[in-house]
Amino acid sequence: MSNATTTPAPQSKAKTTAAKKAAPATREITGSVAVLDAFIEEGVDTIFGYPGGAIMPIYDALYDYQEKLKHILVRHEQGGIHAAQGYARSSGKTGVVFATSGPGATNLVTGLADAMIDSTPLVCVTGQVFAHLLGTDAFQETDVINITTPVTKWNYQVTDATEIPSVLAKAFYIAGSGRPGPVLIDITKNAQIQKFNYEGYTKCTHIRSYRPKPIVRKEHIRAAAELINQAQRPFVLFGQGVILGNAEKEFKEFVEKSGIPSAWTILGLSALPTDHPLNVGMLGMHGNYGPNVLTNECDVLIAVGMRFDDRVTGRLDKYAKQATVIHLDIDPAEIDKNVKAAVGVWGDCKETLPLLTELIQKKTYPEWLKRFKDYYKEEVDAVIKDELNPSTEQMTMGEVMKVLNQLTKGDAIIVTDVGQHQMVACRYAEFNKTRSNITSGGLGTMGFGLPAAIGAKFGAPDRTVVSISGDGGFQMTLQELGTIMQSGIDVKILVLNNRFLGMVRQWQELFNDKRYSSVDIVSPDFVTVAKGYGIAGQSIDRRTDLEKAVKDMLDHKGSYLLEVVVGKENNVFPMVPQGCSVSEIRLK
Amino acid sequence: MNPNKEQYTITVYTENQIGLLNRIAILFSRRKINVESLNTSPSEVEGIHRFTIVINETEEVVRKLCRQIEKQVDILKAYYNTDEEIIWQELALYKVPTEEIAEKVKVERLLREYGARAVVIRKDYTVFETTGQREETAKLVEVLEPYGLIEFVRSARVAIIKDSHGFHEKLKEFEKKEPGEEVVENEYLDQQDKVFTM
Repeated sequence: MSNATTTPAPQSKAKTTAAKKAAPATREITGSVAVLDAFIEEGVDTIFGYPGGAIMPIYDALYDYQEKLKHILVRHEQGGIHAAQGYARSSGKTGVVFATSGPGATNLVTGLADAMIDSTPLVCVTGQVFAHLLGTDAFQETDVINITTPVTKWNYQVTDATEIPSVLAKAFYIAGSGRPGPVLIDITKNAQIQKFNYEGYTKCTHIRSYRPKPIVRKEHIRAAAELINQAQRPFVLFGQGVILGNAEKEFKEFVEKSGIPSAWTILGLSALPTDHPLNVGMLGMHGNYGPNVLTNECDVLIAVGMRFDDRVTGRLDKYAKQATVIHLDIDPAEIDKNVKAAVGVWGDCKETLPLLTELIQKKTYPEWLKRFKDYYKEEVDAVIKDELNPSTEQMTMGEVMKVLNQLTKGDAIIVTDVGQHQMVACRYAEFNKTRSNITSGGLGTMGFGLPAAIGAKFGAPDRTVVSISGDGGFQMTLQELGTIMQSGIDVKILVLNNRFLGMVRQWQELFNDKRYSSVDIVSPDFVTVAKGYGIAGQSIDRRTDLEKAVKDMLDHKGSYLLEVVVGKENNVFPMVPQGCSVSEIRLK
Repeated sequence: MNPNKEQYTITVYTENQIGLLNRIAILFSRRKINVESLNTSPSEVEGIHRFTIVINETEEVVRKLCRQIEKQVDILKAYYNTDEEIIWQELALYKVPTEEIAEKVKVERLLREYGARAVVIRKDYTVFETTGQREETAKLVEVLEPYGLIEFVRSARVAIIKDSHGFHEKLKEFEKKEPGEEVVENEYLDQQDKVFTM
């Protein structure tokens, strides 16, 4: 850092805490060092970032922290934030991102929006121009606080270094507690350079205007238990809340005692093992047949840590109208937002589920469960059989998933992008462990997959990570192959290429009379591209090569790209067409 | 217009933080809800700010909106009330040519009738003030218009919830127990010349 000048520190109101009596031994440090010290105190080990002018003092300080903090240099800030999301989702820890001001900060916006809607804990630190330049249209100045306000759980601009320890403590507390979400801290360059007397770091455990967890009301638990005990055809829907609350065990105990068939949202996937006898499959637009149809036949619907997204509910006025709804959620704003609950159980499901399990009777619903199985058989005949064991010449995405399942035995982390392959992967991937399915659910961000897979591997280095993308989404962030090359990380990259923007094409086929408007996408030779980045790979288009190719990919030491050319106009079914009720789900 | 829409006054108690106004405002604009009136001021408890926001919406929408508002980190509490549940006032200023008032008895009578109070009297113009509800302050604009009304401005609504005693006590106790943090403003804006930059 060529700039050795420290800014004069004007009287700061933030120093009120510095005037404590019997102050502990202080040392003079810069704001930049305070940022890194906060990271160490919060247990951060990996930072995804990209340097630039306004964040140079922090990068300069990072030079001395290389032993303690691993910095992954990404190729684009969007890749950086998606990687941090993947890291957070696989590890359960808060992902950390560095970006510079201006374009560096605006490149984070997609990832922030994605993390916001999918409740992913992140702390993003952006550099900002000097405080005295704010509002002057300085070089690389952008109003990042106002740009990111709608897509952050909290954000804050620091103009004085003395604020840094307490603001970062707040940032980590807010990002990781309650319903998690992204936090952005914008630090002006003068504050990064400014020296101040540092008294050490105190973790934040309480903010007076913030209630991360609502108080659990026992009477609501009792009311919910009563409804469950009287139910004839109860049905459980579970979402990511189970995973975010680390409540997989509590959830499984609840499901097993209650004996209730349970279906998942795509973010809830992997919270309950795929082969669990009460796991009846996927909800929503491309979910399984039974869970969708029977949503409109159950008598008590128990939603756990999910938010009734429109892709799950279809037409709301025809959604589970016959059912009494019990909704367990940590975020009070979710209760009654889309679906009215007869009983809203506010709270962290890690706390509420055991209380509920205690009050419910041990039961089984063999007849009711059989109905799910019957619908599943129908779905196998109409859809699944041909998807997994096709008689067509061209390969299907489903059969690739089948082979992948056989070879990974459900132990891998599967990171998907967005589109047809995502729906197929979620429908057919098998999981034994939680935190194994990482996908962009709420925002549907194409380009999420590859960088998120990189982050997922850093978050769970001992696990196999398979990134699955389509030919469209892969091209949105394929520059992150450079990150793989430089960091030497081992990510298996599976590109399912149908030479189309498949999901949009499917809609155009079904709803726009096959008027294929701008969905015909040309791709480079992906294997050659990968080779340019020093990543081995191959492309196949014949079924006979499939098993060996997937095995080669998984066995390869280091990253590997496998392109599988699949049927050009294959569709994902079943499907709840837009504007239809879940019970109007189509099998073809 | 949806017949179920009604005028609601939303009262929000918040921390005093820069940027919070925007964080609240975007919750409305995101849903394309027009804010009829917005007032922000310190509350009766030091360290806690109070927003008064008026919108026309259905109760369902307002209820959900208040939950979204309350969910924001720096917000303590959000209430919504119909007009029947609050006491509310707006302040209006009217600027009229002095000679009109001086010469026309009718104008003077009108002003008295509407309870207007002179704030400034100059040779060329006089500024009157009234407080009241929307219809009252608006009516005076109408009647003054023929007499050369030069300028008119109306404040946002301020409102007191009729049934608010309990919360006030809690608020005071809360602030006493956990005093709010002070706002940190940008102290460098006027120091362009003193700082080296690159």
